[in-house]
Amino acid sequence: MSELTKKSLSELANLIKKKEIKSEELTKSFIENIKKDKKLNSFITQCDETALKNAKNFDKKPNFDCLLPGIPIAVKDLFCTSGIKTTAGSKMLENFTPNYESTITKNLWSEGAFLLGKLNCDEYAMGSSNETSYFGNVMNPVADNTVPGGSSGGSASALAAELTPATIGTDTGGSIRQPASFTGTVGLKPTYGLCSRWGIVAFASSLDQAGPMTKTVKDCALMLEAISGFDEKDSTSIKKEKENYSKNLTKNIKGLKIGIPKEYRVEGMSKEIDKLWENGKKILKDSGAQIMDISLPNTKYALPTYYIVAPAEASSNLARYDGVKYGFRSVKGNNLIEMYENTRSEGFGDEVKRRILIGTYVLSSGYYDAYYLKAQKVRKLIKNDFDQVFQKVDAILTPSTPTSAFKIGEKKDDPISMYLNDIFTVPVNLAGIPAISIPAGHDNNKFPLGLQLIGKPLNEQKLLNIALAVEEKINFKQVLKRWWEK
Amino acid sequence: MSIDKDKIKHISKLARISLDAKKTDILAKDLSSIFKFIEQLNELNTDNIEPLSSILNEPLRSRKDVVNDGKIREKILKNSPQKNEEFFVVPKVIE
Repeated sequence: MSELTKKSLSELANLIKKKEIKSEELTKSFIENIKKDKKLNSFITQCDETALKNAKNFDKKPNFDCLLPGIPIAVKDLFCTSGIKTTAGSKMLENFTPNYESTITKNLWSEGAFLLGKLNCDEYAMGSSNETSYFGNVMNPVADNTVPGGSSGGSASALAAELTPATIGTDTGGSIRQPASFTGTVGLKPTYGLCSRWGIVAFASSLDQAGPMTKTVKDCALMLEAISGFDEKDSTSIKKEKENYSKNLTKNIKGLKIGIPKEYRVEGMSKEIDKLWENGKKILKDSGAQIMDISLPNTKYALPTYYIVAPAEASSNLARYDGVKYGFRSVKGNNLIEMYENTRSEGFGDEVKRRILIGTYVLSSGYYDAYYLKAQKVRKLIKNDFDQVFQKVDAILTPSTPTSAFKIGEKKDDPISMYLNDIFTVPVNLAGIPAISIPAGHDNNKFPLGLQLIGKPLNEQKLLNIALAVEEKINFKQVLKRWWEK
Repeated sequence: MSIDKDKIKHISKLARISLDAKKTDILAKDLSSIFKFIEQLNELNTDNIEPLSSILNEPLRSRKDVVNDGKIREKILKNSPQKNEEFFVVPKVIE
């Protein structure tokens, strides 16, 4: 295995800029690793040939004046890529080839990167273990038979296993941060509206946000800088100046106030998570930050609110899959309505159907006020909680997940226990604010655990700075046995 | 609130998803437990709370209604499961 693939994205970009390595050499090293992906199943589509062609083209006419010069990057298969199959992990889109490029991937390519492949994910990003993908579950490189988290499970797995130097995922209720936590990697969910949603297969439009998944905080800043920015094509895109997150990165966090919300100390939380959290507090204090106890009283209502809002929006977004203009169509049925019903029955998996039905129900006549309107009111209360707390603190520190990675199949038949995985991540999406998960330690099984930092809207720079300070002092090390290559 | 099989049949009709008897049973069970979980929200009094309609501080922007692409009929039709020259083909809807 090449030493190159072990390096961080920032190191690789520098090596290319200093002409110490060629893009082709780098791309070949990752393709070598991807060849042994079979047991991990993190890739849905490989783009070896076009990647090598792009690498050679870069080497012939290099442009070093960009953030990601000659860097191959694999992305979650939820981002539309022009001319390359985009499946969203679903049978419904198994043969769908977009004619356009998502804004986020386009931004990556205009910074010098090119596509290495499309990564497995839960079907339509609905899941917390990558077990709902039509293309099979993904394994966590940390241990065989263990989930990588979800829905950006393929992204997390490929990144941790060194099959891509960095990646992007999407986060609707924790789908970047939870898999990052499960695989010992860094994952950031930006402020709603910072990164364009144009060209991303939609799940729940008021919650969906794309973000970077990387090996280090510095890489995360670099990727965020590349993908963020105003986009006319997304009506919820925030109009503001582009920020230089990587250049402005500093670990000086003296005087910042960090809140510790008591409601995140949930019943039955393991001692290991508690210890991790205490250690995070200590590190922040040692770095000159001030720790404050805070309260977010409506935290326990975030998950039930999410399971009304997200399915409601999903049922509406996924109404477009009718088997007419693109995607799968069932051959069964004697008329148009039967064709629709069979197409959607055969094309969607169980979890997607479950959520469409929940969403249809909460929006149906006679139930709208009791469920959807109620949820929108509680969502307001949850947002108010954060607004109030952020008058006193700069950021909030919590664990990323209530447990470490679990076994394949362990929670598959119990939707509630699966949903509870996202208990610490979901409130952030409901409030539209940014949060980052960084690897912070291991449990007794040597499985990685993450800490989450939550910030004010558009305060990504501050979050990255705090994360950098914590990362340096924690000095997280992960040695993988590369069992999947055997 | 418990969700019975008739309710599942009704919603699946609205959502245009056909379900067999076995799937209907499983979904009735799943959705009942999910709604029991969701109904924790009833503990909260939200009488005087404005529902959140957008998390952005600014109103949504509208853009000018102008053609900025087009002439990609062939490309669009390529993704269609069934087509006939310039048209998407669907089962007969008019007798």
